[in-house]
Amino acid sequence: MMAAALIASAIVVIALMWEAFTPMLRRAAERIRAGREARAEGIPVYDPGRERRAETRARELLRSCVNDEEWEMYRDLGYLRVWGGQAGGPEEGWDLGGAPYAYLVYPHKPIVAYLPQTGQLLNEYCVEFPDETRPFGSPRLPDSDDVLAKWMGIKGDEQRLISSANLHLPGRQIDPRKVARDLWRLRQWERVRLERNARVEASGSVEPTP
Amino acid sequence: MKFLRMRPGHGEQLIAEGDPGVADEEQALIDEFCRQLDAGMWAAVPVTSDAGRRKATMVQAFDQIPRDTDRVIFFPRAAGG
Repeated sequence: MMAAALIASAIVVIALMWEAFTPMLRRAAERIRAGREARAEGIPVYDPGRERRAETRARELLRSCVNDEEWEMYRDLGYLRVWGGQAGGPEEGWDLGGAPYAYLVYPHKPIVAYLPQTGQLLNEYCVEFPDETRPFGSPRLPDSDDVLAKWMGIKGDEQRLISSANLHLPGRQIDPRKVARDLWRLRQWERVRLERNARVEASGSVEPTP
Repeated sequence: MKFLRMRPGHGEQLIAEGDPGVADEEQALIDEFCRQLDAGMWAAVPVTSDAGRRKATMVQAFDQIPRDTDRVIFFPRAAGG
């Protein structure tokens, strides 16, 4: 009687384990098969070390192109604020009454246009820079290259970049609460930076930056 | 003058280098410039204004590149995401 109960329990446990682990094993088998197929087609395997090295190079290029303040902003916050340069606003036919506007530039996310004076969000501009040669199977540039491409596009030919993007109302891809938080972080960051620069000027010495 | 190209998995790659003051090298640069634009790249030149501010200029022809610039950066053209 005892043996029958143990056998029944073992069967139940095996059945439960089968149910629990089968999807996991199936996914692992699919990953292995997909990797084999990719190698057979000549698509290089994803290499996190390669991506890290690419990102390191991209950060150095970004640093060499943007202003010191912009570099520190990106290094500390992970995004850039770039001032808009068109008279009426980001798009033709707009009239912001001379109010300055700016963009928040995130890596591989839409560009968010907003009014710095009020924090009002204007639009999201969804834009990518896909490299269809896909040297390692993916068309995505490293994060910092994506940010630099957007920065150069805005600085060099804002109208062309904006007209290439898909226009959406704020909140389509980036949560407005996140943008509001990022704008608050940016204000705090600027305040601290101003205070630090004022201290440096007052003491006449150079304070090391992190 | 160096031509750099952003590439996935690489960061920037040096694709051409030459002195535009030397005829042969200038021709090689022009050929590479045209090849990149034909392949769908955009080209930008990082510049520093007289006031020391950094910005970028987009160029669509080789003769738009300032003669004294040391690098031109190519990146894939923008597409709606």
